[in-house]
Amino acid sequence: MGRELTFEIFRYNPAQPDIEPRMQTYTLEETPSMTLFIALNKIREEQDPTLQFDFCCRAGICGSCGMVINGVPGLACHTQTKDLPDKITLHPLPVFKLLGDLSVDTGVWFRNVGGKIESWIHTKKKFDPEAQEERMDNALANQIFELDRCVECGCCVAACGTARMREDFIGATAINRLARFYIDPRDNRDAADFYDLIGDDNGVFGCMGLLACDNVCPKQIPLHDQLGIMRRMATVESVKAIIPDFIRKKLTGCKSVKA
Amino acid sequence: MQVHYTDVLCMGAGLAGERVAVEAAQAGYNVICLSVVPPRRSHSSAAQGGMQAALGNSIMGDGDTPEIHFNDTVKGSDWGCDQEVARLFANNAPIAMREMAYLGVPWNRVEPGENTYFKGGKPFQATEKSENAGLIHSRAFGGTAKWRTCYTSDGTGHAVLFTLDNRMLQLGVEVHDRMQAEALIHDGERCMGVIARNLRTGELEAYIARATLIATGGFGRIYKATTNAVICDGGGQITALDTGVVPLGNMEAVQFHPTGTVPTDILVTEGCRGDGGTLLDVDEYRFMPDYEPEKAELASRDVVSRRMTEHMRKGKGVKSPYGDHLWLDIRHLGEKHITTNLREVYDICTRFLGVNPIHQLIPVRPTQHYSMGGVRVNKDGHAYGLKGLFAAGEAACWDMHGFNRLGGNSLAETVVAGGIVGKKIVEFLEGDSMTVRTDAVEDAAKGVRARIDKLAKGTGDDCYTLRNEMQDTMMEYVGIFRNGKDLQTGVDKLRELLERSKNMRLTGKGLKGQNGELSMALRVPGMIRLALCVAYGALQRTESRGAHAREDYPERNDRDWLKRTLATWKEGDSLPTLNYEDATPFFILPPGDRGYGGGKIIPGKEVTEAERVPYEKTDA
Repeated sequence: MGRELTFEIFRYNPAQPDIEPRMQTYTLEETPSMTLFIALNKIREEQDPTLQFDFCCRAGICGSCGMVINGVPGLACHTQTKDLPDKITLHPLPVFKLLGDLSVDTGVWFRNVGGKIESWIHTKKKFDPEAQEERMDNALANQIFELDRCVECGCCVAACGTARMREDFIGATAINRLARFYIDPRDNRDAADFYDLIGDDNGVFGCMGLLACDNVCPKQIPLHDQLGIMRRMATVESVKAIIPDFIRKKLTGCKSVKA
Repeated sequence: MQVHYTDVLCMGAGLAGERVAVEAAQAGYNVICLSVVPPRRSHSSAAQGGMQAALGNSIMGDGDTPEIHFNDTVKGSDWGCDQEVARLFANNAPIAMREMAYLGVPWNRVEPGENTYFKGGKPFQATEKSENAGLIHSRAFGGTAKWRTCYTSDGTGHAVLFTLDNRMLQLGVEVHDRMQAEALIHDGERCMGVIARNLRTGELEAYIARATLIATGGFGRIYKATTNAVICDGGGQITALDTGVVPLGNMEAVQFHPTGTVPTDILVTEGCRGDGGTLLDVDEYRFMPDYEPEKAELASRDVVSRRMTEHMRKGKGVKSPYGDHLWLDIRHLGEKHITTNLREVYDICTRFLGVNPIHQLIPVRPTQHYSMGGVRVNKDGHAYGLKGLFAAGEAACWDMHGFNRLGGNSLAETVVAGGIVGKKIVEFLEGDSMTVRTDAVEDAAKGVRARIDKLAKGTGDDCYTLRNEMQDTMMEYVGIFRNGKDLQTGVDKLRELLERSKNMRLTGKGLKGQNGELSMALRVPGMIRLALCVAYGALQRTESRGAHAREDYPERNDRDWLKRTLATWKEGDSLPTLNYEDATPFFILPPGDRGYGGGKIIPGKEVTEAERVPYEKTDA
């Protein structure tokens, strides 16, 4: 016999506003290698078909299942019950629009912010199907991929103090996304363009440096490094007219993370 | 009911759906993508390995050409593929990889000079050419003459999907996520869009489109053990089958992978066995050498999967709350090897299983992995049977995979086929006009509403019970090892389940808005019909070809079965109607031996000169 686990799960269905938000208790016997993916599906299929939550890949790749697990945002699919106490409390991620119980609308949030920061390669070049690909250093390709690994689960945004206070704060995820384009030579945007996108209180200057984003990132992306790099870029850009060239050059030299 | 109008409607926003959407949007057409999840969560993101394309930049891919890629693909398919399509694919794959590089994919690149690579678990040195420095690199995958799989670290699908989705943002393509297509709108000749259920509100919405694309991925979830994401339930294929006029091709062609982990069926790479990992049974006895004295664990995917199943059937499996499994043992490879060369395996074991593979055994079982079959389309991606309906990617049977697809070919197919089908859709729209028949829209919506109403009144089984029984039936009787008796049992059980599904009930009454149980309940009867297409097609196909292995018909039979199964479903029937067509319009590569996997071949009639076409003679 495994442990008896007690789940305290936040319940609220916006389509039924007359039923107030509440916590509901479920109990489940723990089985070997049990993850929250297994546990929640067991509860839905065997105890309460009305329980709402999101899973997709169940392998830590797609970012669907971010939720607050005993007070800390994380991916439910790679959270093992053996690492948790007998009592497990689950809440939906804050900041995002609640769709029901543990399900939140990260998709629309990320689409909006992606549009805001123009999350694509800006180039005037046309694709030539006859031509060989442009060359790139493999180390740089790896660096870009390291920043491209974000799965947009929303955990960093949910853990962010600024995001809780500023509705339009773009979050560590979007700043990291721009840092990815900042180091990509295919993107022709320069510091002034990036400054226009994130050089304000809804961008890099809104960050209070609490760094919870970095703590909770399930992909261990170096978010605080990227915040620092992009903030320095934006700061230098904003004062470039009044500082001597040799200082400015020193400050802009730091363009990418060291592996 | 809210009604949306668009030129192109893409059902699914994974790699294939987005690649088509981008092509149509670039040509100036209005495109809407429907997706059950936000696009970046699509199952394409989970593909780690890479995309095959004969760029030939790397030293181990030196001298590669599309023709060699084509030959590998046809052999891999066990001659079940359409050779015209396979050629189209192989010729266009290098261009597609370069296009993805242009859009921003951080492909790994050639590093000139001496590099250490692995083959069969053993390291060796190879020198990359300096003139190729910085071009797209490639890695090894099974069944290929050259190393030609382009990759970005261990996240190729993720990187390409994010890049394409960035392009979607740039082009302003509308994406309606949490939207489940429930029925195609059609009049028996022309497809006019879909009726979808909004998974936020539970409301039905109509999408009227001149061209409709099915790009919803595979249907692995008809099996209990599958590497597929939970959304891979065949939703798109079901809408096609329900028309009664669109056939599904080769549904019996289902690929299994030997080492899915238990309980959640996340894949651990073949590299484990390649590097010297062994398979153990309940007594921690290494059983593979008994079955395959020569190759043991290194036999082909299909053979290892079959032997594992055979051994578990002898009662040698390890019992667990999640069903029987076997052990994969890599402990003897040592900590250093496991945490470097097999780091991804180490991560999966520790993070998802709570098993430390340096000191513990990894629970594994053969697991459904890929659906070669799907909505049968011509080389342009246009579905048989309905004008204006297209399909691409795993959802389609285009058919370059035949009875077995090679690793790295499926992910490449998504962007290659997506580009080609996208262009063909643009051509189609240019010469087309459509009269919307509002009665057809109303009929389709009424049909979906009737299904929902019926569920509310049902008194029989709940959807999870029926789904579980279907999944168990597929594992037990329509799995890796197939024979006439078991397949017949499977078909009988599935027919009974289909009958029971007519009285399915919802246990959570009166739930408004998002309703996971209703979503599942709406899928289950269709999934059972897909399962029947697989099971019945497999029962009729009295031969072994690629992944379809019949114990009672071990030979590949080119005399009688060099053809493709086409399954349609007539309303009210409890079985699909099966028809057949030639596997390929012509032969560039006449049927022969694959060179691996063993097995006898019953030869067909000699390929005539008229049926032969040289590779070069091509409009592709």
